[in-house]
Amino acid sequence: MVERIKREWFSNIRGDILAGIVVALALIPEAIAFSIIAGVDPMVGLYASFCIAVIIAFVGGRPGMISAATGAMALLMVPLVKDYGLQYLLAATILTGIIQLIFGLFKIAKLMKFIPRAVMIGFVNALAILIFMAQVPHFVGISTLTYVFVAITLIIVYVLPRFFKAIPAPLIAIIILTSVAIWGHLDLGTVGDLGRITQTLPSFFIPDIPFNFETLQIIFPYSVALAIVGLLESLLTSSIVDDMTGTESNKNRESRGQGIANIITGFFGGMAGCAMIGQSVINVKSGGRGRLSTLVAGLFLIFLILVLGGLVVQIPMPVLVGIMIMVSIGTFDWTSFSYLRKAPKTDALVMLTTVIIVVATHDLSKGVIAGVILSAIFFVAKISKLEVRRRQTSKEIIFDVTGQLFFASVEGFIKAFDFNIAEDVNIVIDFSHAHIWDDSGVGAVDKVVIKYRENNNHVTIKGLNASSKKIIDKLAVYQDANAQLKAH
Amino acid sequence: MYQRILLAADGSKNSIRAAQEAAKIASLIPDSTIEILFVADLSKIKSEVLHSQNHEEIELKRHQKLLPIAEQLSAKNVNHETKIITGDPGPAIVEYANNEKVDLVIIGSRGLNALQEFVLGSVSHKVVKRVQCPVIVVK
Repeated sequence: MVERIKREWFSNIRGDILAGIVVALALIPEAIAFSIIAGVDPMVGLYASFCIAVIIAFVGGRPGMISAATGAMALLMVPLVKDYGLQYLLAATILTGIIQLIFGLFKIAKLMKFIPRAVMIGFVNALAILIFMAQVPHFVGISTLTYVFVAITLIIVYVLPRFFKAIPAPLIAIIILTSVAIWGHLDLGTVGDLGRITQTLPSFFIPDIPFNFETLQIIFPYSVALAIVGLLESLLTSSIVDDMTGTESNKNRESRGQGIANIITGFFGGMAGCAMIGQSVINVKSGGRGRLSTLVAGLFLIFLILVLGGLVVQIPMPVLVGIMIMVSIGTFDWTSFSYLRKAPKTDALVMLTTVIIVVATHDLSKGVIAGVILSAIFFVAKISKLEVRRRQTSKEIIFDVTGQLFFASVEGFIKAFDFNIAEDVNIVIDFSHAHIWDDSGVGAVDKVVIKYRENNNHVTIKGLNASSKKIIDKLAVYQDANAQLKAH
Repeated sequence: MYQRILLAADGSKNSIRAAQEAAKIASLIPDSTIEILFVADLSKIKSEVLHSQNHEEIELKRHQKLLPIAEQLSAKNVNHETKIITGDPGPAIVEYANNEKVDLVIIGSRGLNALQEFVLGSVSHKVVKRVQCPVIVVK
């Protein structure tokens, strides 16, 4: 125990502190931009990033992973904030945490491995597209100067890291361009036009909402969607950090941790969040490995806001837009284009469907659910292809069955048999390369056997594997020589 | 002579060419061993994880990339072993070579022009500059 705490917290002190500081600097623009996407004051995202990072440092399952306010979650909140306001969002955040905590306690997190990768690829691509689309109103058709600032920001964030990596390029872009805008008295929209920044620590309060069934009805669907999307992105991120660091993580603990972090964050006036792929990659690349890096990121973030809060409102919107365009380009999976050509057609279709549904509904959870259902259907269709081959020897006719016999494949199974066989023939049905899964499968075997018997043929079943034999012995009626087909 | 030879490889065509040259050199030196070093690029891990169902599949894909390299070495009966590490390819190769004190580093070159090298960065260039032992860059 002590050994583990030492390893997770203090085995990489210098690297963790430096990486934590870098992450805090990179988090500020994102936390503000995601607040603006959600339609709340920047403080809601900044408080959330502080609370979540600090809490997850202690209760998360993946040391070195960064959690904070995220775009995926912000995008889900938009309608709730628009229709009902901040207090309902805070209540929904708390409920999201409770749902995630329950998922973690009941170990539902491991079900996430059943989500096909085509859906995950669709998820990140849709997320990237939505983040980009959310920027459009902030820079298209406003002024030429706005376009110029977006372009300069993009140049800085992409070219500068080639020469200088110590300070995150987005922050340098913010510092330089905010200074230029202030001293040049340039006419640009600022963060201050869209919300307030308060230089105070977050404080505990209970969301001001009526505690009744109606409120629950309003927030519950949002909370479920937030819980699913939050866990999805968190578990994906933890797999990425696992692989980058060559270490393992505890997925159920992470799920519980995300829940605890969101519950507390909701009570401190922050919006729901989850793990962040981009920031976690920055953290690991900057040398962060332990829990200390996440803690430092949260603490340094709130320190910066307390000190510099007054300046944050003066950040020109086009600079933030430029940074968000970079985030969306970084989020998009650019190998998807070759994936579309190379992957099986059904996988490609699942990926595209996920993206299209998300972009159409602006709801990541709907796209994921549709993607999972579609790929489940494709999977069933694929494994329900069953083959029955007929061989003839001097004494008997043998049918070799290959494949899975279950509700979706029984029709093909029965049709594959030729019942126009002369009377008094020995028929063998060989199941050596088949598996019978359910009562529909057993029923199909019954039907075939009994039909042949009606033609006075002798049927032998052989090659059943242990579990197929078990279900046949339990359910089949053909063993009774006088069995008749049930009249359906 | 060169007992421990480090072959930095990513499975690309130029790394296979480098493997052929490495095999020639090692086959002339009795008791030499080639270490095939593959650096899993931290910037590409996101897409690797996204395109694999689990960790085993990622490792399998990486090993598959290196199969043609190992084949080149096996064909010449050269002792070889494979090592996979994560990091930023250039610095990671340099660090590994210097820490392990290998006798020779062999690496392929993509043959980038000046612009490509500015945008993409040349791994072989970094390795040549900062590794403390002799380096062979194979065109």
